[in-house]
Amino acid sequence: MSGLAWLTQSLEVLAALALAPLFLGWVNQCRAWLQNRKAPSLLLPYHGIRKLFHKDAVIAEHASPLFRAAPYVVFGAMVAAASIIPSMGTGLPFTTAADAIALVGLLAVARVFMSLAAMDIGTAFGTLGARREMMVGFLAEPALLMVIFVASLISATTALPLIAERLATQAAALYPSLAFTAVAFTMVLLAENARIPVDNPATHLELTMIHEAMLLEYSARHLALMEWAAALKLFNYACIGFALFVPWGTSTGASGPAGLLLSVPVLGFKLLVAGLWLALLETVSAKLRVFRAPEFLATAFMFAVLGLLVHLLLGA
Amino acid sequence: MNATSLDLQLLNTCAALLLLVSFAMLSQRRIVTLVNLLALQGALLCIATLLLAWRTGKSHLYVSAALTLGLKVVLLPWLLHRLIRRLEVHWDTEPLLNVPGTMLVGLLTVVFAFGLAQPIAELANTATRNAIGIAVAVILLAFITMITRRKAMSQVVGFLSMENGLFFGAMSATYGMPMIVELGVALDVLVAMLVLGVFFFQIREQFDSLDLHHLESLKEDR
Repeated sequence: MSGLAWLTQSLEVLAALALAPLFLGWVNQCRAWLQNRKAPSLLLPYHGIRKLFHKDAVIAEHASPLFRAAPYVVFGAMVAAASIIPSMGTGLPFTTAADAIALVGLLAVARVFMSLAAMDIGTAFGTLGARREMMVGFLAEPALLMVIFVASLISATTALPLIAERLATQAAALYPSLAFTAVAFTMVLLAENARIPVDNPATHLELTMIHEAMLLEYSARHLALMEWAAALKLFNYACIGFALFVPWGTSTGASGPAGLLLSVPVLGFKLLVAGLWLALLETVSAKLRVFRAPEFLATAFMFAVLGLLVHLLLGA
Repeated sequence: MNATSLDLQLLNTCAALLLLVSFAMLSQRRIVTLVNLLALQGALLCIATLLLAWRTGKSHLYVSAALTLGLKVVLLPWLLHRLIRRLEVHWDTEPLLNVPGTMLVGLLTVVFAFGLAQPIAELANTATRNAIGIAVAVILLAFITMITRRKAMSQVVGFLSMENGLFFGAMSATYGMPMIVELGVALDVLVAMLVLGVFFFQIREQFDSLDLHHLESLKEDR
């Protein structure tokens, strides 16, 4: 059984690394379709990353070592996060190493390093992006924690693989609290991954950027790692969402190799649907002014806390 | 996990959605949407009453479900929409608190309401006693909706939402009030609505606006 667990573990991390740019490409393609544009290639993110790895890096004169280290830290944090998210199987050896709260901490580490690196150079846009990122982050993080708390209360554990396993195996029941937190989670996902209501991933206007503004000074392999990390973050968030709200189909400890084999197409199907849904959400909503973003995230927090309260009161 | 039956789960979902609609009303600035939300709240209340009637087999709950449907989903929203058209008020002014602030106050109120309802819920012996907390929360949230608004229209919507909360509370605590009381309350609300409609025209005649702020100053001061 242990061999299978390690196989699941390594397969999940490798799948996250390989599929993250593909998922990003799929979301972009769906968006293009919905907006009546000619869709870019599904493999475009891979080409972008490969191209950047072949270029020579240029680094600002006054950059400190932190600026050079940040892409590796951010990328490493995202890979570490991918290793504790049950995207295919729940019998992960790393389950005991870090629970869902540590996962939120890992995401926070990535955010802090990214913001510090953006401020390190001292350009106006980098600082602006970093400040906005922190503003979004400090509002989104409590909402995300509340979302996780509700699922933890229902399944009586904070380890994400165990949450997914218990939610998948228990008797089917209506959970209004989970429905509320699903809405909150979707809003947090949009905000944290610099998607449309809060930030526009395709913008070229520096004044409205949040995520892109922090990457303006990066080039070549550093930029490639940062972009790959961003794709991984989106993938990770999608998989957290699956684990919390649609855990069915992931292989549990008892289902053996056949379950693991079955969980691969299931994950693919979930990602297809999630990408389409994300693109649809982004197409129907307009970008908010930066100062309306707190209102958006306060709503997400409200949904999450409401879910928590409803669960505590009704036990559902 | 908990093995509650499906109809109780549906009832709980209805209760949760009622709470959500209350929050939506709290943060809504457009008066037309506010009235639509009130109608939605009424519809949820009607569904909850029907579910409870089916669960308990009490026939008078069917009557009150029909009453809810007729009065709170159809008649009152229609009256309010007509008033809005006649008075030409489509926007509420900026509420006294900003939206995130209102929501935080609302969340604290919900916590307070749940604590407040706990001893009552322990006394009740209905299957839906847990939902009493939600009913109290809906009432208090409607209070906040009234407090944070300046326009008479939104205050009336808050008042009607409060009545919805009271109705839901009575339903979940004791499976509904006696028929005579329910009919009386329904009639009261209808008459209050009509009288307030007349009031609106009078207020606007006097001050050229529906802002209740004007009522606070005495005539001599103006």
